[in-house]
Amino acid sequence: MGTNGEHQVSPGAATASGGNGSPVVKLTKKDFVSDQDVRWCPGCGDYSVLAQVQKIIPELGIARENFVFVSGIGCSSRFPYYMNTYGFHTIHGRAPAIASGVKIARPDLQVWVATGDGDALSIGGNHFIHCLRRNMDLKILLFNNRIYGLTKGQYSPTSEIGKKTKSTPYGSIDRPFNPVSVALAAEATFVARAIDTDVVGLQSVLKRAADHRGSAFVEIYQNCNVFNDGAWEAVAEKSVRSDRVVVLEHGKPLVFGKARDKGIRIRPDMTPEVIAVAPGTVGDAMIHDEKRDEPFYPFFLSRLAYPDYPEPVGVFRAVRRPTYDELISQQGETVVAKLGKGDLKGLLHAGEIWRVG
Amino acid sequence: MTEKDPTVPAQIRQVPADTIEHVVVRFAGDSGDGMQLTGTEFTKSAAIAGNDLATFPDYPAEIRAPAGTLAGVSGYQVHFSSNEVFTSGDEPDVLVVMNPAALKVNLADLTVGGVVIINSGTFTDQNIAKAGYSSNPLSDGTLAKYQVFNIDINKAVQTALEGSGLSAKEIQRCKNYYALGLMFWLYSRPTQPEIDAINQKFKKNELFAKANVSAFNAGYNYGETTEMFVSRFVVPRAELEPGIYRHITGNEATAIGLVAAAQRAGLPLFYGSYPITPASDILHALSSYRNYGVVTFQAEDEIAAVASALGAAFAGSIAVTGTSGPGVALKQEAIGLAVMTELPLIIINVQRGGPSTGLPTKTEQADLHQAMIGRNGESPICVIAPSTPADCFTMAFEAIRLATKYMCPVMLLSDGYLANGAEPWKLPEIDTLPRIPVKFHTEVEGFYPYRRDAVTLARPWAIPGTPGLEHRIGGLEKQDVTGNVCYDAANHEHMCLLRQEKINRIVADIPPVEVFGDESGDVLVVGWGSTYGAITHAVKMLRQRGEKVSSVHLKYLNPFPANLGTVLARFKKVVVAEMNLGQLVWHLRAKYLVDAIAVTKIQGRPFKVQEIVVRVEEILGAKRPAYAVADAE
Repeated sequence: MGTNGEHQVSPGAATASGGNGSPVVKLTKKDFVSDQDVRWCPGCGDYSVLAQVQKIIPELGIARENFVFVSGIGCSSRFPYYMNTYGFHTIHGRAPAIASGVKIARPDLQVWVATGDGDALSIGGNHFIHCLRRNMDLKILLFNNRIYGLTKGQYSPTSEIGKKTKSTPYGSIDRPFNPVSVALAAEATFVARAIDTDVVGLQSVLKRAADHRGSAFVEIYQNCNVFNDGAWEAVAEKSVRSDRVVVLEHGKPLVFGKARDKGIRIRPDMTPEVIAVAPGTVGDAMIHDEKRDEPFYPFFLSRLAYPDYPEPVGVFRAVRRPTYDELISQQGETVVAKLGKGDLKGLLHAGEIWRVG
Repeated sequence: MTEKDPTVPAQIRQVPADTIEHVVVRFAGDSGDGMQLTGTEFTKSAAIAGNDLATFPDYPAEIRAPAGTLAGVSGYQVHFSSNEVFTSGDEPDVLVVMNPAALKVNLADLTVGGVVIINSGTFTDQNIAKAGYSSNPLSDGTLAKYQVFNIDINKAVQTALEGSGLSAKEIQRCKNYYALGLMFWLYSRPTQPEIDAINQKFKKNELFAKANVSAFNAGYNYGETTEMFVSRFVVPRAELEPGIYRHITGNEATAIGLVAAAQRAGLPLFYGSYPITPASDILHALSSYRNYGVVTFQAEDEIAAVASALGAAFAGSIAVTGTSGPGVALKQEAIGLAVMTELPLIIINVQRGGPSTGLPTKTEQADLHQAMIGRNGESPICVIAPSTPADCFTMAFEAIRLATKYMCPVMLLSDGYLANGAEPWKLPEIDTLPRIPVKFHTEVEGFYPYRRDAVTLARPWAIPGTPGLEHRIGGLEKQDVTGNVCYDAANHEHMCLLRQEKINRIVADIPPVEVFGDESGDVLVVGWGSTYGAITHAVKMLRQRGEKVSSVHLKYLNPFPANLGTVLARFKKVVVAEMNLGQLVWHLRAKYLVDAIAVTKIQGRPFKVQEIVVRVEEILGAKRPAYAVADAE
């Protein structure tokens, strides 16, 4: 909104700048740790995500007061309480909509959304896709544990077919969503995936998301050790990970395996194929290009799933398109240039007016 | 009624012009016949002529129901007068109908002896049958009680526009301007302003502009040259307060009121909305005000609309969401979040017929319960209601003043009748609009998100971007003062009481009710919202007959004004007139233990003055039968 400057308070001496070049005081992880006790179950994957966010966020060069964390409902949505920033723990599924209002009102803020598979893809599915469609400049972290944890163990929209839970004693018959596919179908400009226990990979993806202008979507494979323990074990367990995960790196070949002897390519019928590559070579493996404008390629990648294929982690897509707030601001400037800044008298006296007496 | 008006120019004296005090005209036709436009243009001419007026557009929910059917009939009624106008009129004195279906739907409303102007060119056997008539109403005695003027407008425009370059079908679309021209003649209106308006409206298509002007002139000249009409009429200027006036609908006034208040608060206005009848015009108006610091966000649904507004409120904007009843139902959870997080949020509910999809284009006041008590938990909000279309400006402004001062949600209950109805509005002097003092909290020392102002109990508005005030809010119960999540039993009760007390304290900030009539008496008629005109007019008539009847009109519904209980107690009987099954009466009975009587109407149409008069007469126990009551005017 055009008048942000009016109520933006100048950064305090003890904080970093909002990224406008004014003096930066080094922030550290502990600046972002709130005074609230963290109440996730011991062993929950959420701890790792919180730690990595608190690790990367001081390095962004943004003053602490210019961060806002917005969440919906669910275990992961307690996230804002543990971040010593502005935070808004909202209602089930609506975080992207509330965060959109924050961002439109104050484009200078960096707004993050913490959500889960139920929150983002079930009750909040509509807000999720529309916020990505608009390229709203939000960093969206989807903690995917494939279960409803806070309500104690019902199946979620990412639970596998056949999954037995409290609400599916005979097995789930719902076909699950693939969150990355959904985000790409909505043409999100930044889409990535990370694993809670892969500290380095997670940090790298979070940093990339923070630096992206526009909707940045990150799916995080997160374990719920109470209601869905081993949710991602088959893929993400350290001993098997290198054979079952392919790490996406821009400009690098899609190769994986302990010996880096397997690659991925696309067949003429547009299905994926795992091929053998000689270790240390590229072979016929595809070269990853996260900047392709057309979302077909990252969508193709998003369909790779264990056990037939390795599951990609890293950045699927990172393209620059105008953000919603940029477009609002541009349009506002154009209208003001054309019509002049509106004054109240002009507004009231518009249309046909007449004088009495 | 028949005094000659010397102000009428000489050249139109060929036909005598009778001066009349007031008239109610209704235009009715197929929804494709342009009746809303005709009505609006005719109304503008009355406004410019200095009449007081009120309008009532009545249109079907279907954009274009099958042509010629009863379902597709669209109407526009205007009441204009040289005296004060309270309502759009009980019964039309003049009915202009463009087809048999319009006649069928509207004739019963026409006052006995009234004028009916008929486009007889549409009365084909097929159309007559489509309207459900078994014989031709033009010749079977159906119209015996009325003054009938049959004009084949189809043929008249065909003749007038021959060689205009328009196709036969396009020519028929000019019929409404022909009817308008005729009405301009009948009510002695100057034609030039309308000709200018047509040229402006069709400036991108000269052919259409010319054709519509020709049709308009042809209608006017028809009145002047044929001997069909023995007289024409003049409604003199009304004695309106001196000032600059503008013709305004409730939705326009709401939009402008929001912008004005945001400007007086010195803050940007955020409007999150999802299209819904009859509230969409507010979104349309606000979306054109980008150069006034307004941002509109057409959200993906009603929930996102309110949610985005709440986010904007958190971030320091004047945040508004607008909708109608079904939309409010969807927004209630987020409104509850605004109650819990104590953020200023304005919710506009342009009420329509319910439940469910109900009657989207018809008016009703059945969302009062939903506004007052329609959320989970103890969830009080401030509720206010405008009483006339122009009053929507004042009350939209008031909504923002109260929301920002008390840090709470405020719901503005408009309705379809106010939203689409129009009246002349005396424009306020800009300097007289109060400033809305909003101060964001910046002081770090001693800051707690839920530390309250001692008088208003408002918590500080500490917006993101303010160094040192980083804090977290949310929907979980708050600990008093710190705002931390708190499940403590005693704290929860304390906070519920605090949130209620904060709304209660608004009472000190709102005007007491003013009694129309004597301060005590036999009957007090209580109303709220758009029934103001009908109730006031009815009470005026009853008082002129010597009845000890007064009225109060509530613009503040939560909290109620401080003196309401005292006022209610001064009358032998309290009658509550509202367009629902008795919602305000329910709240008044509960709060004041008063044996109030409900007078209700729930037909998707506003009260007629007579309906209220008759019911109050019955309650008064008057011996005179209602039908013998003469109009006090």
